[in-house]
Amino acid sequence: MADMKVGAYLCQGCGLAERLDIKALAAVAQKEGKAQVVREHEFLCNGQGVAMIQKDIAEEGVNRVVIGACSRRAKVEAFHFPAAAITRVNLREQVIWSQPDTDEARELTQEMAADYIRMGCAEAKKTAVPVPNPAAGHNKRILVVGGGVTGMTAALEAARGGYDVLLVEKEAALGGFAAKLFRRVPFAEPYAEPQDNGVASLAAAIKATPRIKVFLGATTTRTSGAPGNFSVDITTESGPTVTEAVGAIVMATGFRPYDARRLPEFGFGASPLVVDQAGLEALARAAGEKGQAITRPDGKAVKSVAFVQCAGQRDASGTHLAYCSGHCCNTSIKQAMYFKDQNPDIDTAIIYTDLRTPGNGEDFYRSAQRKGVIFTKGQVAKVESAGDGLTVHFHDLILNDEAATISNVDLVVLATGQVPNSGVNIEAKPAEGADANVPSVSVLNLTYRQGPDVPQLKYGFTDSHFICFPYETRRTGIYTAGPVRRPMDMVQAIEDATGAALKAIQSVESASHGRAVHPRAGDLSYPSFRREGCTQCKRCTVECPFGAIDEDEQRYPLFNEGRCRRCGTCMGACPVRVISFENYSVDTVGAQIKAVDIPDEFSEKPRILLLACENDAYPALDMAGMNRRVSSAFVRTIPVRCLGSVNMIWITDALNSGYDGVMLMGCKHGDDYQCHFVKGSELANYRMSKIDDTLKNLNLEVDRVRIMEVAIADIERVPTLIDEYAAKIREIGMSPFKGF
Amino acid sequence: MARKEYSFYPGCSSERRASASNYMVSVESMCKKLDIKLNEIPDWNCCGASIGYAQGGELPRHVMNARNLAISEQVNKGQDVVATCAACWLGAKETKDRLAHDSGLLAEANEALREAGMNLTYKGEQEVRHMVEVLIEDLGYDELKKPVVRPLEGMKIAGYVGCQTNRPFGIAGESFENPKYLDHLVEIVGAEPVTGYDQKVTCCGGALAFSEPEKSQAQIKKIVESAYDYGAEMIVTPCPVCQMNVEIYQGQINKRYGTKFNMPVTYYSQLMTVAYGGSAKEAGLNGQIVRASRLEEIAAKNR
Amino acid sequence: MGDQNTSMVQKYRNDFLKEVEANVEEGAWVKMCMQCGVCAGSCPLGPAWEHPPQEIFMMIRAGRREEVLKSESMWMCTSCYNCIVRCPRELPITHIMHGLANYAHRLGLAPKMNPTRRFAKIFWDNIAKSGRVNELELSVRLYFMDGFKAGVLKGLAMKDIGIGMMKTGRLNPFGLFAHKGCKDIKGIHKMLKKAYEIEDRKKGFVA
Repeated sequence: MADMKVGAYLCQGCGLAERLDIKALAAVAQKEGKAQVVREHEFLCNGQGVAMIQKDIAEEGVNRVVIGACSRRAKVEAFHFPAAAITRVNLREQVIWSQPDTDEARELTQEMAADYIRMGCAEAKKTAVPVPNPAAGHNKRILVVGGGVTGMTAALEAARGGYDVLLVEKEAALGGFAAKLFRRVPFAEPYAEPQDNGVASLAAAIKATPRIKVFLGATTTRTSGAPGNFSVDITTESGPTVTEAVGAIVMATGFRPYDARRLPEFGFGASPLVVDQAGLEALARAAGEKGQAITRPDGKAVKSVAFVQCAGQRDASGTHLAYCSGHCCNTSIKQAMYFKDQNPDIDTAIIYTDLRTPGNGEDFYRSAQRKGVIFTKGQVAKVESAGDGLTVHFHDLILNDEAATISNVDLVVLATGQVPNSGVNIEAKPAEGADANVPSVSVLNLTYRQGPDVPQLKYGFTDSHFICFPYETRRTGIYTAGPVRRPMDMVQAIEDATGAALKAIQSVESASHGRAVHPRAGDLSYPSFRREGCTQCKRCTVECPFGAIDEDEQRYPLFNEGRCRRCGTCMGACPVRVISFENYSVDTVGAQIKAVDIPDEFSEKPRILLLACENDAYPALDMAGMNRRVSSAFVRTIPVRCLGSVNMIWITDALNSGYDGVMLMGCKHGDDYQCHFVKGSELANYRMSKIDDTLKNLNLEVDRVRIMEVAIADIERVPTLIDEYAAKIREIGMSPFKGF
Repeated sequence: MARKEYSFYPGCSSERRASASNYMVSVESMCKKLDIKLNEIPDWNCCGASIGYAQGGELPRHVMNARNLAISEQVNKGQDVVATCAACWLGAKETKDRLAHDSGLLAEANEALREAGMNLTYKGEQEVRHMVEVLIEDLGYDELKKPVVRPLEGMKIAGYVGCQTNRPFGIAGESFENPKYLDHLVEIVGAEPVTGYDQKVTCCGGALAFSEPEKSQAQIKKIVESAYDYGAEMIVTPCPVCQMNVEIYQGQINKRYGTKFNMPVTYYSQLMTVAYGGSAKEAGLNGQIVRASRLEEIAAKNR
Repeated sequence: MGDQNTSMVQKYRNDFLKEVEANVEEGAWVKMCMQCGVCAGSCPLGPAWEHPPQEIFMMIRAGRREEVLKSESMWMCTSCYNCIVRCPRELPITHIMHGLANYAHRLGLAPKMNPTRRFAKIFWDNIAKSGRVNELELSVRLYFMDGFKAGVLKGLAMKDIGIGMMKTGRLNPFGLFAHKGCKDIKGIHKMLKKAYEIEDRKKGFVA
């Protein structure tokens, strides 16, 4: 790059000038960092300081800006220069605030700052100014798959936001599971009585919204493309297949009840008097339509009803659903009220182990108690026919009576759980694929290389970052909402639908500007690869957590920038290092590693490289600094987008160039992961599990490289981990590779 | 005219030669010093106390209390009813509460009340309050401190609130788990409250001290022991049942458990009377089975 | 008293909860218990209860009538009101326990020899007689409730306390003869008679 011009700007504010020799740092930037323009400023983030930089960009042609001031997480608006590539050197939080303010510490603190200036200048020279994705899609229409309460709500919310919506429902009418309900659990004060199921008014609102186009009896038979540019085939049962262009997709395909036939011990199938909750709704609806009381299926009057909670749920044996579906206690309460409202003399017993009434269910629970519904803490063992009715055998957990019974029961209602309609489990191992709980019919029929549906996390529910980004799936631009995402009730599903609709809107807007969505929202950089170097090993296409990379006809990776979250997992995966971003690459980090001044073996000054995930570990380090928490001065930290982006070459390079140790700090992985890129941390751990061999080949101790899980709240723990590791390095001694 | 005037419900234990007669003596002295006039409800009857329920049932028990309140409404017009005994206060207040929220029960109570003399009808016009409530709310800590002429300096006192002055009604603004008013009163009279006293609201066994002595005495042991553990030299309480149970069974507890308890248990009104310059006799200190020697010494001092 | 019980059994058949709701003071609250057990953990005599309140409520709902009414448990209540103030569902537990004890006593099902039951009866009779407590008479009757010999023994054990109370002027040695009581004791007797009448009528007790 002939016209690259690096400007280094050193701030003297926030105590930097008192703690550091800024002049000396400026000299480092100039002599070692080869910055063409070097300036100091007493208060760099103020109007004057910013104007100074702007002037250099405009008049001096500076296009690589190195800011030696505070953390990259601070003053983001002030140091925003779209015409230049920005490199931030964190002299404040991670140098002066994390080192003791003493005369003895001065030398090491200055060395630390000088290294960071070297690193910043080295990085700057390897970056380019990102330009928006040229393949950005501009379609802002939103497709909602599933016309139940969740889907209808999402459609209405998106339409209210000013976006056109296509709503696809596989049944002949809108309403989904809610339409099958006689009444629903109340949503509003005083949370005391069952309410109309609300489907008719939602459907009417859809009908009255011209922006929403409804496809009934229809499915999505082919989905390709990327955010802002999806192409979807909608196939109607009786009609033709139409191809529609959309910008984002909300998947609200709901749930189906767990199959009660798997619970023969409760008499389902053996006696018509045993129904599941859906079965009772059907009885209640049929009776309600005729304006009659609910009767037994044989037409006889109901005098006694028992509700069996957690039927085939919260099962520790592995036979049935392991989880709680969240809505069923309130649902049974509601159904018991059907009977109490019909005739207060009907005995209704709800047999539960733990009554869970989320939201305002507590009021609803109380209302049922007032109506005389009996709540019995017990575990049902068996339901059997006896005479004209049923006998429920249960273990009374309060009275510790294992042989408790309720006899002459006319109806037993089983509270079975929710099974998500999440399509094909694309990551299932063949043995798991046969599980009858997981449907094998695809919902979206994605043409993605990784498979036709959104990935699942556990029990068939779709994968999403449950803490930070609940609606995000691992398919950018596709958002799941409602019970397909996790078990939930209708109130939660409505909230979910609203959230997913807003996320879809965010996605189409970001896509149209060629920007990334969370967690690197607004990032314009995107990956490219050097075709001639690619060996077609497919690791990038397989490992991308977001299925962003397909294959072209010649079997080279085909990056779909719109689907990319810019985590760099592909870059970390690539064995031949051909994948890079404009402002983040094997070289930008590699150059920083090499720029650090490595003192010789006898200096007693080890150097430890810390590759810190920018999502949690790096902010935790910043916050430790804000708390003036001191940690080792021998550590040099480089933020990485995700541990998934860490290429093994960085580690071998670091060890070869004489670093004494390498630490990697990333987010928690596993089923309850906190990795912001879902799989990055997991992949990094997998890759690092093989590092021991490399170390042995280099004749190095395995402790020279360590990977750690940290969370953003680990403000005290992160510096402790650093100090413990520094002590460990002191114990095993200096690296033998220095000076080679 | 007195500063404050109340319709007074003294209760059975406060009668002459009854178990809380010393309480009564000190209350009279304290009120005199504070210029509070107590107008006794004529011909008052027992509240039924906490044990009356079993034979007394629901309505008869409420009727007993309604009679006192109705007489008060008739005779001591416009005055709040004040009780010194926790059980009397609780019983009367409970009746007021129940009859206020149950018109059927009110009608029934009045139907029965008509059978008694004095042509009584209970209307629910008067508040039912405890003496400490009146002191704290109507006078306030600052006013209560003013007459102190003989601060109980150097005394460390555990404020044992017990149950029925504390639950279920309690004193407004105080928590059920850690009420502080008694500690404040101890402070006001110049003594040091034992703030960490962890058996402050433990039940002494109440009426079950008679019927289930072993179980009750186990409770009392905890109450006294904790006072010793926290360095208290005296326990102070607002409740006659608490006072009696915690004081008089110490001998039996010593026999049962081999302890050496000899902890004086006094009423707040006794502390206040002494601090206000009253004599040991005026404070009813001659009524202590475990003599409150330190307090007697202070009471013997010149002001 | 056995008649009372038979008639209640006939009236309510198996629905003990309904019976409790109709006949027991604050019994309508029983159905509101959510089985958290805070009452059991808050009771000063908790370990002495065969069935803590939480269990009693469950037994009522499960229709275990005899077991509940014959239980010694409710008689362990010291009326400390800790359960009331801590119950997250705000059940008046103390009153319900009193109500159940009273109901069991009325039906003749309460344990005959339970000391608290016997004390409670003596106490009420004592106050109903004169309108006010006669502490000496109460103590004397209490000591002799198990017969003369037991009474003397118990009296001897309590001798120190009694003497202490007398010496300090807190027990009247002549209380058996000199206790005055209320002036309108006749009115009080009539009033109580009426109250019992109303309560019996309301709760369907046979005359």
